Amino acid sequence: MGRAKELLKNKNAVTLIALAAAYAVVAWMLYSGHITRQFTNMIIPMSMYIVLAVSLNLVVGFLGELNLGHAGFMSVGLFTGCLLSISLADKLPLIARLPLCMLVGGICAGLFGFAVGMPALRLKGDYLAIVTLACGEIVKNIITNLNVTGGARGLNTQPIYSGAKALLPYAVVLVFLTVIVMMHIKKSKQGRAIMAIRDNRIAAESIGLNVTYYKLTVFIIAAFFAGAAGALYGHYFANVKAVTFDYNMSIEILVIVVLGGMGSVRGSVIAAVVLQALPEIFRDFGDYRMLIYAVVLILAMLLTNSPRLAPLRQKLSSVRLGKAKETGGENHGTA
Amino acid sequence: MIEFIKTLISGLGLGSIYALIALGYTMVYGIAKMLNFAHGDVIMVGAYAGIVAFTSAGLPPVFTVFLSVLVCTLLGVTIEHFAYKPLRGASSLSVLITAIGMSYLLQNLALMIFGSQQKAYPQYVKLGQVSLGAVTVDGITLLTLGVTACIMVGMSLFINRTKLGKAMRAVAEDRGAAELMGISVDRTIALTFAIGSALAAVASMCYGLTYVYIKPTTGAMPGIKAFTAAVFGGIGSLPGAMLGGIALGVIEQMAKTYISPLWADAIVFAVLVLVLVVRPTGLLGKEIQEKV
Repeated sequence: MGRAKELLKNKNAVTLIALAAAYAVVAWMLYSGHITRQFTNMIIPMSMYIVLAVSLNLVVGFLGELNLGHAGFMSVGLFTGCLLSISLADKLPLIARLPLCMLVGGICAGLFGFAVGMPALRLKGDYLAIVTLACGEIVKNIITNLNVTGGARGLNTQPIYSGAKALLPYAVVLVFLTVIVMMHIKKSKQGRAIMAIRDNRIAAESIGLNVTYYKLTVFIIAAFFAGAAGALYGHYFANVKAVTFDYNMSIEILVIVVLGGMGSVRGSVIAAVVLQALPEIFRDFGDYRMLIYAVVLILAMLLTNSPRLAPLRQKLSSVRLGKAKETGGENHGTA
Repeated sequence: MIEFIKTLISGLGLGSIYALIALGYTMVYGIAKMLNFAHGDVIMVGAYAGIVAFTSAGLPPVFTVFLSVLVCTLLGVTIEHFAYKPLRGASSLSVLITAIGMSYLLQNLALMIFGSQQKAYPQYVKLGQVSLGAVTVDGITLLTLGVTACIMVGMSLFINRTKLGKAMRAVAEDRGAAELMGISVDRTIALTFAIGSALAAVASMCYGLTYVYIKPTTGAMPGIKAFTAAVFGGIGSLPGAMLGGIALGVIEQMAKTYISPLWADAIVFAVLVLVLVVRPTGLLGKEIQEKV
C-alpha cells in the first residue's frame, strides 16, 4: 500500500501507467473487434503524433528553440525507411524489417537534423524558426521531384502496407521508447544542462557547458524519433506524398506542444490525443468542424495565456487545489 | 538577353507583391514583436472582397479597391483587438499559436462562404501587353511595379517624416520608454495593424490581377514567402522587407526560367538558408549585442 502511494506521487510513473492502460484498452478493443472503423483509423496516426509532439517538445520546450520543420524530419525518415522496406519486402518478415527500417529512417532523419542544427548554432529565435521552415520546404520539394521517391504521384507503398492490427505493437513500443527517453533526459544531468541553455545561454556557457554539443544533440535526438515515427507511418498507407508533410503539419505538431505545455511530456501526449480526436468528434458538424477547431484553439490560448485573465485562472486553479502549481511551473515561455 | 530582361521584370513584379506583404509582416514584428501568421490570409480576404464588390455588387474599379482596403484594414484591427491584444505580455510562442489559429479561422470561414472552388478575380484593369523596345511585358506587371514604388516612397516618408511614424519607431525601439513619453502604445500597435492590412489589400489587388484565380488557401504560400522575404531582408527593417521581397521574387523567377519551375521553391529557400548562415540577422537587420 505504501509503495503504491509512493508510485502515485511519481508523476512520470503515473503517466506511463495511464498510457499503458490506455493502450491495453485500445489493443483489447482492436483485437477483439469491439471497435468502429473510424476509431481504428485513428490509432496509428495518433501514436505517430504523440511521438512527433514529444520529440518536438525536446527542441521547443526543453531547448527553447522554435522549430517549424519537424514534419520535414519525419518526411526524411518516412521516405528512407519505406524505400528500404520496399526493397526488403520479399526477403524479411515484418517483425525484422519494420524495426530495421525505423532505425534506418531515424538515423537518416538524425543526420538531417544534424545538418539543420548546424545553422541553429549561429541563429537565434525567429531566424532559426524560418531556417527550419525553409529546410522542411526544401525536403518536401526535393522528395517531390526525385524519381526514386515516386515524384509528384507519391511513393507506392502498396507492397509494404500493413493494417493497424499489425502495426500497433511497433507503435506502442515506439511511443513508450520516446516517452521514456524524454522523461529520462528531463531528469538527467544533460536535461538540466539543456534547460539551463534555454533559460540563459550566456550563463550556461560561462559555467562551462558545451552549448554547441547540447544543441546539436537535441536536434539529432528529436529528428531521430520523428524519422522513426515517419518510417512506421509510411507502412500504414498504400501511397505517400511528400506534399502532405509541409509546414502546415509542422505547425500542427507545434500547436500540440504549446497547448500541452512547454517541456511537459505528459502534456504533449494528452494534447496529441485530444487535438487528433477533436476533428473526429466534430465530424457531425460537417463543414463547421475545422471552424470550431480554430475557435477552440484561439480561445484555449487566450484562456491559458492571457495576462488579463490571470485572476480568473487563479480562481479556477484554487478550486482545483494543488493543480495550479504543476501547470504554472511548466508553462515556460520562450522567445 | 531579351529573355533575361523579361524574366527580370516579371521577377520584379512578383517581388513587389512579396514586398508589399513583407512590409506588413515586418512592421508588425518590429512594433508588436510578434509573427502574424494570419497576415497571408488577410490578402485572401482582400481578394474575395474585391470579387464580391466588383462581380457581385457591380461597383466601379476605384470603389472596389477602396472597399477591399477598407475590409482588410478593419479586419486587421479587429483581429489585433480581440486575439492579440489580450495576449500582450504573454510568451511570444502563445501569440504565434493564436495567430495560427486565426489563420485557420479565416481560411475556414472563406471555405464556408465561398466554397473550395477557385473563383476568378475580376480583371477590371486591362492593360494588355506593353512593348519597351524589344521587350514586351505584361501591363499589369508594370502597374504592380508602379504601385509598389509609390507605396514604398510613401511609407518611407510616413515613417521618417511624420509624428505618427516617429511614434511607431519609438514603440519599436523601446515600448516602455515610448509609453513614458506619452505615446499610446495600444493605439500605435492598432495603427500598425491597420497600415499592414491595408498594404495586404493592395497586394491582393496586384495578386488577383496577375494570377486571376483565388481560393481560400491562396494567401498561405505568398504569406510564407513574404515572411521569408521579411526575414531575408532583416525582420523589423522596412527597407529590408522591400529589398528582401524584391530579391526573393527575382530569384524565384530566374530559377523558374533558367533552372526548372519544379525546383524554384527549393532554390529560393536554399538561398535564404545560405544568406542567414552568412548573415544571421538578414541583409539589413541590426545586430543586437547580448548583454550579460
